[in-house]
Amino acid sequence: MSSLLDKRLVLVTGKGGVGKTTVTAALGLVAVRRGKRVVLCEVAEQTRLGGMLEPLPEEDLDVVSVDPERAKREWLSYQLKSRTLAGLLTASGLFQYLTAAAPGLTELVTMGKIWDLSQLSPRTGGPGYDLTIVDAPATGHGLAMLRAPSTYASIARVGPVGRHAERIDSFIRDPALTGVLTVALPEEMPVNETVEFERALQRELNISIDLIVVNALHPSRFDKDDMRRLDDTEGAGKVARAAIEAARSEHRRAHAERLQVRRLRRAASAPVHTLPRVFEPELGHEHLERLSAELERRL
Amino acid sequence: MIADWLERKEVCICAGSGGVGKTTTSAAVALGMAARGKKVAVLTIDPAKRLANSLGLPELGNEERLVKADVEGELWAMMLDPKRTFDELVEWHAPDERTRDAVLSNRIYQELSNAVAGSQEYMAMEKLHELHQEGRYDLLVLDTPPTRNALDFLDAPKKLATFIDSRTLQLFTTPGMLGLKVLGRGSGVAMSVLKRTTGIDLLDDLSSFFSSFGDMAEGFRERAESVNALLADSRSAFVLVTSPRADAVEEAAWFHHRLLDAGLPFAGVVANRVHPPAPRGNPAADLERLLGDDALAGKVMRTFEEQRRLAAQDRSNLADLRRRLGRKPMIEVPHLDDDIHDLDGLRRMDEYLFG
Repeated sequence: MSSLLDKRLVLVTGKGGVGKTTVTAALGLVAVRRGKRVVLCEVAEQTRLGGMLEPLPEEDLDVVSVDPERAKREWLSYQLKSRTLAGLLTASGLFQYLTAAAPGLTELVTMGKIWDLSQLSPRTGGPGYDLTIVDAPATGHGLAMLRAPSTYASIARVGPVGRHAERIDSFIRDPALTGVLTVALPEEMPVNETVEFERALQRELNISIDLIVVNALHPSRFDKDDMRRLDDTEGAGKVARAAIEAARSEHRRAHAERLQVRRLRRAASAPVHTLPRVFEPELGHEHLERLSAELERRL
Repeated sequence: MIADWLERKEVCICAGSGGVGKTTTSAAVALGMAARGKKVAVLTIDPAKRLANSLGLPELGNEERLVKADVEGELWAMMLDPKRTFDELVEWHAPDERTRDAVLSNRIYQELSNAVAGSQEYMAMEKLHELHQEGRYDLLVLDTPPTRNALDFLDAPKKLATFIDSRTLQLFTTPGMLGLKVLGRGSGVAMSVLKRTTGIDLLDDLSSFFSSFGDMAEGFRERAESVNALLADSRSAFVLVTSPRADAVEEAAWFHHRLLDAGLPFAGVVANRVHPPAPRGNPAADLERLLGDDALAGKVMRTFEEQRRLAAQDRSNLADLRRRLGRKPMIEVPHLDDDIHDLDGLRRMDEYLFG
């Protein structure tokens, strides 16, 4: 599985709220420790990665936020070989009008920018990285973005857009170059969705998921014997009763979650790893380091 | 309580960021209203078939299905198939069979309707509108798609209408550069650049798409307008679903702000997965005495402390949200031990939503 870090591009997918950003950051730290120059990439107005990693003195770790509008301008000025002309055009309104109306173009250009980042010498400048890790948009598990190049390659059969889309498409479909890590939660619906996403990705784009990370798994602290003793406890005060109830509740949850992980392992083709639940309101650096150490042990 | 929010309402739109239990909440609201004698239909656009899950159904089609829920009213559920909704819409708007077939077989149309970004959201609104027009239900509950930007779906009808707008049509169907003159100076350059950067073939496809779509554009635009009117109507209610997590609260506050800006009828907030507050006091000594096992007592204490920390954080995040919402009502649903994926689970939510 260390091969995940040997790829050029890793897309971290999953639905909203599962901890994609955290896993992206943790994976980035692992890669840096393995001596890679890494860029973490978030899409649109998300700016959580930077804050999460900020005071970490990692020289080989950059964070980039891809703004689809800016990516569109950059793409145009590359196509035209003229920044001035591109500026004029994007300001003219007509181009805005047409590109905003063309469905999926934003996804294509965003994917193009990500692809460019992952090239050893990006045409839009920048140092070039060994590994680009993307915190992918949550919508439809990021499938729309992965699908955009192939969609455009087939709409625009000829011309630069078609060729460009094809190049991106074959890059993200090449398992030696691009990896997909999907983040899930140990719950019924997220597990089902992950399995469906894996199948859709395979069916529509012939892409396999390299790794599924089940995030926020509750600790399994208590065994059956513990539970029996807690059940038998009599004469506890109000607070002690609440504490025992909290323990019972966590035990039930931990058990249910493990059943879900087992179910996911059976249904999914990709290997499944787990990360522990962090009981902190805001994820601090020590926790991020801990998660990345956990991840590293498994990679 | 949520029954008060939905009194005399015909449309309930559940919105919020991903991973906050929106689908489950929509289903629980629909089930609860059906249990109170209403004829309710719940619609989801979620590609992951989460609602089907919630309702214990293996799969929902593009038509409403009666859920065997043993309620006083009726509960119907449907999962939208955006592609089929779009096809149906074309069939409806097409002036004749030839145009219909030309559109349905056009490559641009096929790509567009295959849930390329945006059209899913549009189709949800479209179906909502259609069902509302038919008037077969007392209440329609819509589970919105998990867009990162929670309000994107509101712009969807307009976006699609713009795409097939007649001005764009002119641009592609008027021979030569004449059509472009309509759009002002500089357009000729833009057009040739567009050709250079996109490839002629794309333009050909677009052009034939637009020319066959031409007669339908007006119909689509009108529909988009009446969909928007329905959303702003006082018979509609927006219910904002959130969790107490800091990022979800942040998004909820922003969403509320945008709803007000857009003049849309906001009913209230449902906060899911709230960790209930624990009583004060240190039970460590009590636990050690009762259990006679320091190790076990220690594990219980650790768990209790974790729960407390989560509860305290939830309190503070929700207090923050309350401040930002003003006097708008909020319903809290506690964190339940196992996640909800069937009717029994939905019924457990009922006491909190309707209690």
